Amino acid sequence: MEARLFALQRLSAIVMAPLVLFHLVMIFYAVRGGLTAAEIVARMQAGWWMPALYGLFAVAAAVHAPIGLRRILREWTVLPAHVVDPAMVALALLLLALGLRAVAALVGAGA
Amino acid sequence: MADGSAEIPAETDGEGTGGTLTVRIWRGREDGRFETYAVPARQNQTVLDVVTEVQRAHAPDLAYRFACRVGVCGSCAMTVNGVPRWTCRTHVRRVAEEGALTIEPLANLPRLKDLACDMAPFFENWQAAGGAFEGSATRADPPARVDPESGARKAVDAAVECINCGVCYAACDVVRWDETYLGPAALNRAWTLVQDERHAGRAATLEAALGQGGCGSCHAQGSCMAHCPVGLSPTESIAGLKREGYGGFNLWSALLGRR
Repeated sequence: MEARLFALQRLSAIVMAPLVLFHLVMIFYAVRGGLTAAEIVARMQAGWWMPALYGLFAVAAAVHAPIGLRRILREWTVLPAHVVDPAMVALALLLLALGLRAVAALVGAGA
Repeated sequence: MADGSAEIPAETDGEGTGGTLTVRIWRGREDGRFETYAVPARQNQTVLDVVTEVQRAHAPDLAYRFACRVGVCGSCAMTVNGVPRWTCRTHVRRVAEEGALTIEPLANLPRLKDLACDMAPFFENWQAAGGAFEGSATRADPPARVDPESGARKAVDAAVECINCGVCYAACDVVRWDETYLGPAALNRAWTLVQDERHAGRAATLEAALGQGGCGSCHAQGSCMAHCPVGLSPTESIAGLKREGYGGFNLWSALLGRR
């Protein structure tokens, strides 16, 4: 289990590393080009690949963050494993739901 | 020393230099206390010499461990002025602070009596990390021919001279705060076995070293490497285990639980 979580966190990091750069570039592009919120949403909806990339980003973040936080909580706090582990599963589900909800809203699925 | 005085200066002949060394030594178990002793300061003495002198001259009931006195057996490690060290090869003049020494048992291990700690958790972790050698040949077979130039054998060479003193275990912050962590020495041992082509249980050893409390818990702070008295780098061994376990396509194997 520990080996799988270790591998999962590294894999999700591999996925996220280029996506973080992509996301930063997108932010600079949108801000410097003076795009409005409406224009950004319109471009998100223009193709399949923007929602796909951000969906992948949301999934990877939901996998990556709770594994690392679990490590920190186990090492640095007195919380026992049977408290930390379910809490981190809940956090993963929460991050996944929030992330995918945001992507869905941008592509207009929720509207 | 009249005849030898030409070669050996008088101040290095082991006689007192006139000063006094103040030695605080832990007495008792976990709920013990420090007691202070005064021993003659000598030009050339090790911390183990000082402990022995305290026992002989002041405290016959002082408990401590040693055997070889020359840095081979790994039994005399203690905490000296807050730092884990092999006391038989640690010269007082290098570590004394204003003529004083504070000597405690190794950290991160249960205290038994005075300077002796319980090494059982340390060695149980060796077992838990898959540290038992499993032969792949019988005594009827010829000795294995291991190429000394092979990468695996060179990796073993770099890590195999561990004297089991427990200094790295006492120096490791992760051992201190994570009771499941197997520790640097046990993982260093596992690395030498994973690289040993004669070891029949390489997959099981790797599995144990990657599992609960294994190399994934290491933060690579390098305290083990900084304090190892024989200059080994358990940090590097642990990094090797990670490469072996998670490098390249092994990342997928680890994810799927296959080896």
